[in-house]
Amino acid sequence: MRVLRSVKSGGVLLISGALLCAVMLAWVGNHSNASAHQARVASGSPITIGASLSLSGDFSADGVAFERGYELWAADQNKAGGLLGHPIKLDVVSDASSATQVVTNYEKLIGSDKDQLVFAPFSTLLTVPAARVAERYNYAMVGGADGGPTVFSSGLKNVFDVSIPVKNNLVTFADWIASLPASKRPKTAAYVTVNDPFTQPQLPVAQAILKKAGVKTVLSKVFPAEATDYSAIANEVATAKPDLVVLGSVDVPTVAAFTHVFVQQHYNPKAFIATSGPDQGQQFVGAVGAGNENGIFVPNGWYGGFKKADSQKMVAEYVKKYGGSASTVNADVAEAYSVGQVLAQAVKATHGFDQQTIIKYLKSGKTLNSVQGPVKFNQLGENLAQKTLTFQWQNGQLDQVIPTASGQTKPLYPKPAWK
Amino acid sequence: MSGTAFLEAVIDGILTGGVYALMAAGLTLIFGVMDIINIAQGVMVILGAYLSLELSVHLGIGLLPGLLITVPLMFCLGVSVEFLFMRRLRDQDRTQMSILVTYAVAIVIEGILTAIYGVNYQQLSASYVNSSVHVFGFYLPDIYLIGFGLAVALLIALYYMLYRTKFGRAVRASLQNRTAADLIGIDVNRVRTISVGVGVAVTAVGGMVFGATNAFNPNTGYDLISRLLAIVILGGMGSIAGAMAASVFILVINDVVAAWWSPTWAPIVYFAALVIVLSFRPQGLFGRAAVRAQ
Repeated sequence: MRVLRSVKSGGVLLISGALLCAVMLAWVGNHSNASAHQARVASGSPITIGASLSLSGDFSADGVAFERGYELWAADQNKAGGLLGHPIKLDVVSDASSATQVVTNYEKLIGSDKDQLVFAPFSTLLTVPAARVAERYNYAMVGGADGGPTVFSSGLKNVFDVSIPVKNNLVTFADWIASLPASKRPKTAAYVTVNDPFTQPQLPVAQAILKKAGVKTVLSKVFPAEATDYSAIANEVATAKPDLVVLGSVDVPTVAAFTHVFVQQHYNPKAFIATSGPDQGQQFVGAVGAGNENGIFVPNGWYGGFKKADSQKMVAEYVKKYGGSASTVNADVAEAYSVGQVLAQAVKATHGFDQQTIIKYLKSGKTLNSVQGPVKFNQLGENLAQKTLTFQWQNGQLDQVIPTASGQTKPLYPKPAWK
Repeated sequence: MSGTAFLEAVIDGILTGGVYALMAAGLTLIFGVMDIINIAQGVMVILGAYLSLELSVHLGIGLLPGLLITVPLMFCLGVSVEFLFMRRLRDQDRTQMSILVTYAVAIVIEGILTAIYGVNYQQLSASYVNSSVHVFGFYLPDIYLIGFGLAVALLIALYYMLYRTKFGRAVRASLQNRTAADLIGIDVNRVRTISVGVGVAVTAVGGMVFGATNAFNPNTGYDLISRLLAIVILGGMGSIAGAMAASVFILVINDVVAAWWSPTWAPIVYFAALVIVLSFRPQGLFGRAAVRAQ
């Protein structure tokens, strides 16, 4: 009986071992197939670039703008001969702004579809889980809106962001406020932010600069990303009546809700900056009510009137295809376009699609070009070659106002009254 | 937290609660009459907002007069959805299946709205959206006062219809026992169709007020549904008065906690309050048994 039991347990062990080996072999095979596939592309055949974008859900406005940016870049690159002679085909799937769906999508894009290259999804929130999938397959993940510190502190070796690291987004603005004469400088400030890895790292950096300049913090609060009603926190800000409001927002509705409450409460801060939302062109103006956008600041790395030849060409193409004017082109479009440009330069320089070679090249310290300006990655994948610009709505236009320069629009301060 | 800030939060909670009651009323009515959990309620709110937008931007019809058009339109939508989808659900698994069916309806409506309007955010505008009245040192936003007034008026009208009219008696009779209601000559299918129509029609009003107080796009509805369901469960599923009481209760807790402690903790505290209330009154503040007996 004991013998039988030991034979049985030995058999179980053998079967378990065999199964484990089979699973490991399948995994290794799958991954090596993906890696091998990415490097071998038949001459003249299309090269497929996969991307998961938030075409519905909370980030849908940004997701659609990103899709347009990718499409514009792919069209331009195809006109110029594609990537190493291969026409580019985009494989875009929607993640509905879900951090769960984005994982499934990259498993599909890399594991099943065997796309040769991938772009990152929109937002820091979605890039972290997506980049983990890409890393398992040894894929490089270049993005344009994934600059939150959590991306670079996650130990990921394959992730890059062509835009400015988000923690520095408010530095230019905070430095400008600190440089104002003491009599003009705001005395008090409120810092409120949505619980999001894009916004949260930005506020403490600005707060530290402003505190050093003598600006007293009267309110500092974080509100949940799932909020559907902002009136409570916005009322609290209005009641505290700070001279300066720094709002960590990821979308238009948040800034619009705060603006409406401020108007209703007859509270007009001397300066009001929001990390995202005011950069969304006419959507933003429509949501806050025409005229109320006047004087609101937003940090960004790019704007429609950016004076750079490839940027102006891209803007002209965008306006021709989707309508509107240069000032209504969303910065997301340029971020996405830049992703394509940077990856194309890496492919061209490495003469192939081998992911490890591409990753190594991107980390080599070479300065690359994008419609947003220069791109130079550090070892973490952050682009430290650009400086944040600060924009302000003035007379229906979003103009770059900080850093200040002669011949450039001056910042409107204090903010004009609500309409 | 100062007394002024506390009062400010309470007032804000009460006024915002009125807006949420408007959005939750249709949900509770449809559940009360049909045992159907309408997951599409949030998207229907947004549809109501888009209808108001269409009338105000393209036809120049104000938000309030526009309700004379959007309410009947939404009534027709409710009638169609009941006739096409809800009526086909079997009695024994209606509640469970209704979640799937109404989710499908939500996806279809969202898809149509996205195809027409895209994903850009919109917000309704009118002279009273940004104005406010100054009362005892507080600025009370006109749009929230209008929303609260509409909520009270509509909920009273619904209450009257359900509990003080022959049609309301027919509704409750068919809810309690469909066969018995059939036997005494009530056209149960007709009663149910009209009830769903009314439930969806009310949502047009909620949509208008929501669209005037928040920027929205076709996806916004999904953010609303969890809070609306919490309101309906706390108020007592099927209870119109309960929806109003629960909306105010939840929003006041939310706003006071947000101001006194932290907005991050506000939803945790009100969901904890929900659990505590349901532990003692599983039927909600205005339980279903009481609702049906009125």
